[in-house]
Amino acid sequence: MWVFLLTEIMFFGGMFMAYLAYRQIYPESFAAASSKLNVTLGMCNTLVLIGSSLTMALAVRCAAAGSGKKLIVLFLILTLLLGGAFLGIKAKEYYDKWIHHEVPGANFHPDEWPADVDMSHASLYFALYFGMTGLHASHMIVGVGLLTFLIIRASRGAYTPAWHTPVEMVGLYWHFVDIVWIFLFPLLYLIDPHFGK
Amino acid sequence: MDSQTVHTPHPHIVPIPVYVGVFLALVVGTIVTWQVALIDLGRLNVVVALTIAVTKATLVVLFFMHVKYSTKLTKLVVLAGIFWLLILLTITESDLLTRTWMGVPGR
Repeated sequence: MWVFLLTEIMFFGGMFMAYLAYRQIYPESFAAASSKLNVTLGMCNTLVLIGSSLTMALAVRCAAAGSGKKLIVLFLILTLLLGGAFLGIKAKEYYDKWIHHEVPGANFHPDEWPADVDMSHASLYFALYFGMTGLHASHMIVGVGLLTFLIIRASRGAYTPAWHTPVEMVGLYWHFVDIVWIFLFPLLYLIDPHFGK
Repeated sequence: MDSQTVHTPHPHIVPIPVYVGVFLALVVGTIVTWQVALIDLGRLNVVVALTIAVTKATLVVLFFMHVKYSTKLTKLVVLAGIFWLLILLTITESDLLTRTWMGVPGR
């Protein structure tokens, strides 16, 4: 499982590198484009995801300690609900980007764009934003599927202290996706927001 | 990871307060990240944001992902992953940051 996560580090690492390179080249465009994101929703999503990591860790602990299938299922369902909440908030953010013409492409023209900042480079920022958060969200969707599988199996009492490897593995995966977001949030949402103040 | 359960018949059970403590630390870290971003520290803003992010990630890896209680092999694999990422970042940066030093064609 850890080796799989290493391949994931490289997968996401490449996108982080692309982001880093372009942010260095076009710092003003990136700061201006970043200010278009909804920091409140980003904050909520960070807290939701951290909470889901806690419930996931508790589910793994219950499985390892043999606290009974009811507790395992309860914590897995809580994790699933928080993951769903994250995806819901993310969908709302994507929708806002769509109606404000902030999706890169033919209709890209953000409102109230500062005249002295190059708009074409902001398009690059939003391309990276959608690429990185989209890849992250697709990992979340996979995670939701894995959790559903675990909940069904756990409710049949499949996981015991002697053997609960699937719960542990999905836990590792879930925490990894959480870590990716821990980096995405400050890098995408909080590029010099004090500039606008 | 199967081999690990064989080698350690009594897997380490972490007390619940540890998980809750880590969770609270992550919440505090998130709020600090947000508040610090509103203050103009110049180039230090990025440094502070990434320092907090790395600290949060370390907490998740050590406690939620149990690396603190894992075998040396697992720890080595994790470090190898971080090392590999650093190779990607430093070598690409060494190109990007030094390109403009000399006025040569192709920069």
